[in-house]
Amino acid sequence: MSTFDKVADIISETSEIPREEITTESHTIDDLGIDSLDFLDIVFAIDKEFGIKIPMEAWTEEVNNGTASTEDYFVMKNLCTRIDELAAAKA
Amino acid sequence: MHLEYFQMVDRITSVDLAAGQLSAQSTVPEKSPVFEGHFPGMPLVPGVLLIETMAQASGFLIMAANRFTAMPFLVGVKQGKLRTFVEPQTALDIVADLDHEGSGYAVSHASIKSDGKKICDCQLTFKTMPFPDDKFAAMIVGRGRELGMPGDFLPGS
Repeated sequence: MSTFDKVADIISETSEIPREEITTESHTIDDLGIDSLDFLDIVFAIDKEFGIKIPMEAWTEEVNNGTASTEDYFVMKNLCTRIDELAAAKA
Repeated sequence: MHLEYFQMVDRITSVDLAAGQLSAQSTVPEKSPVFEGHFPGMPLVPGVLLIETMAQASGFLIMAANRFTAMPFLVGVKQGKLRTFVEPQTALDIVADLDHEGSGYAVSHASIKSDGKKICDCQLTFKTMPFPDDKFAAMIVGRGRELGMPGDFLPGS
């Protein structure tokens, strides 16, 4: 199963968003409307599934200080790329 | 245990970060204004305060793990089970286990037993944030010290 499929399944199961509405281009916040509490549950499930620690604090800081956009981290295809990078770095 | 002041933990009895576990004890007071309402003539510790007790034990475990650099705030309760009534003067054995320490959040599960019988258990999610100011941080550290938090886990150790 691809990283995208795993993450999409996690999002669908955690937030009750229909699985078919989640695409590689979906913005998890702007398009899927995932709120901060559901996002915590999703990050927890992703951390466990991939054995990683998504650096949410660093990402949030980068977005807040303008060195990154929310799209860089929270559009599905980009989020999955980051997850793959974190998993590869840990391996 | 001072229910009306939300001081739910009497003492921390052990902290094992390798195992990700904190143990604590409390004794329900004989009298409390809380029992005047919950319930008149039938004093019982409210279930939400048992959840709070497990959350505070988990909170001290999380702060031990991060050396009191950030404070956990309860944001989620899952699979909470309140299995039996808890009456005044009940001795409580509280155990908190750290399931995951993420970036900006942590997840624990915790339980309370009395005389070896499980009273309640749940999974808890916390958002971890910097202390609002040094004075507040010092107060929380002082509270941990009062409860018996081992010095190894306190700032400056």
